[in-house]
Amino acid sequence: MNRQATLSNANTTTNNEQGIPGGIPLKIEDVSKVFPGRIQSVEALKPVNLEVEAGEFVCLLGPSGCGKSTLLSIIAGLESASTGVIRANGQKVRGPGIDRVLLFQEAALFPWLDVQRNVEFGLRQIGTPAKERRALARHFIELVHLKGFERSYIHQLSGGMRQRAAIARALALNPAILLMDEPFGALDALTRDRLHAELESIWASTRKTILFVTHNVREAVALGDRVLVFSPRPGRIVRDFRINLPRPRALEDHTLVDAAAEVLAVLKEAIHEQEENERNEQER
Amino acid sequence: MAKVINNVGSVNSVLTTPRVNIAAVMPWLRRILFFAALVGLWQIVTLTGIWPDYVLPGPLEVFNSLVTGISSGIYIQAAQVSLERLVIGYGISLVIGMVLGALIGRIHLLEETVGSLILGLQALPSVCWLPLAILWFGLTEQAIIFVVIMGALFSITLGVDAGVKNTSPVYLKAARNMGASGIRLYTQVILPAALPAIINGLKQGWTFAWRSLMAGELLFFTVSLGNLLESGRELNDASQIIAVMLVIIFIGVMIETLIFAPLERRVRARWGLAS
Repeated sequence: MNRQATLSNANTTTNNEQGIPGGIPLKIEDVSKVFPGRIQSVEALKPVNLEVEAGEFVCLLGPSGCGKSTLLSIIAGLESASTGVIRANGQKVRGPGIDRVLLFQEAALFPWLDVQRNVEFGLRQIGTPAKERRALARHFIELVHLKGFERSYIHQLSGGMRQRAAIARALALNPAILLMDEPFGALDALTRDRLHAELESIWASTRKTILFVTHNVREAVALGDRVLVFSPRPGRIVRDFRINLPRPRALEDHTLVDAAAEVLAVLKEAIHEQEENERNEQER
Repeated sequence: MAKVINNVGSVNSVLTTPRVNIAAVMPWLRRILFFAALVGLWQIVTLTGIWPDYVLPGPLEVFNSLVTGISSGIYIQAAQVSLERLVIGYGISLVIGMVLGALIGRIHLLEETVGSLILGLQALPSVCWLPLAILWFGLTEQAIIFVVIMGALFSITLGVDAGVKNTSPVYLKAARNMGASGIRLYTQVILPAALPAIINGLKQGWTFAWRSLMAGELLFFTVSLGNLLESGRELNDASQIIAVMLVIIFIGVMIETLIFAPLERRVRARWGLAS
């Protein structure tokens, strides 16, 4: 079954040319997370309800430690939710699956493998034959503009190249949902802008469902069909913005700057409210 | 050396090559001078006749012993016996240590129980197992190999354990996310990720194994390096003892430079750690 998933790469491309989503819908029902502690449990995420359409690009925006990464881990099936269920394409999520691939800020490439073998890693796990694996890896390495670096080891790559390799590694599995956890957070602004454009074009051609976690307002507005603003810990969604700007979007565009300002105001208010609440609680 | 040959034809690099070569050669020159001075000092001390020949032989006598020992084949035969014991004992330690370390590193219950036992046993010099080994197995190959295993096993186990435990959680997350699980997660992610720490354990394990082997062989009758030291004592042949010591040093340095140093260098280079 898994093998079919990779073999269908060709099909998705044809579909995409017709504009049909390669992604699947995602439904998050009352998902919350409490980390049990010895003295006091920490509530990381208040119950979240969210529906994401197939092929939608959704940005989760919030300050560090608001539980948005936790939510992504839960969707990926790497962590269990304290309450609630995740449904990917109507199916209940019970653990990790290659229909949902997570990308990390630290790229998480394996230093003992070269770029080619890193990209092949997931395919190897699902038993793709060696020849097909090599060809697929080569294709995706080319797609992320890393041709010529197949034999490089990770420490020889720059931060931006690492993220590209990580994206190729994820795409090779042909996941329906890409979960991106601040993947460009550690990059310089110029590299980040370039990767935004590349990601946008990959998304436009594959129409995968993307959940993109960030704490950068302009990044969120530049990339997302929707921007969900999270409150600080314990996280909850305070506002669901729809960004109806034409693509490809330019960061300098004044409509985008306006939208970013609006989102930022909501985010600031959420942070301010939270601080107020905490102060009140302390006084009590 | 290859550099020198290459540069003969090229005019541009003539100016830079002598400097490069001197920088590379100087440490070796100093080293050779130091050892030459050491041997010279040794010769002078023996010439003064403070100690008789059978207590402190001169360098020439030791050299003669070395040449006869090697040309008669007895040192070679002894080294073969010792190395065979080392390889068997170390090989067994390697297999058990890898499995045990991986299990202790991942299973909390084993860590609490077996882990603390191994930590305790690690504090025991492995020669201390020799009397018990002889009681159990007699003066046999099994007894000496047992001591070698006890020398290497715990270092290897603890090295693997440390490596497995320090595997970055993000690698595990990424791997599980891409469908890796069970034995594959071990062989394709956890063990390679732990390699730098594992190599430290392997190195320490080998030095312990080598030391305990030599100590153990002192008590054995079959011809071996340790046994040659002992027979040198029995024959009052100090030059043989020193010659065999040199052979033991030589083998140790060779194993270090031919096996462990390149292994370590390769892993460090691949991981991008400073060389």
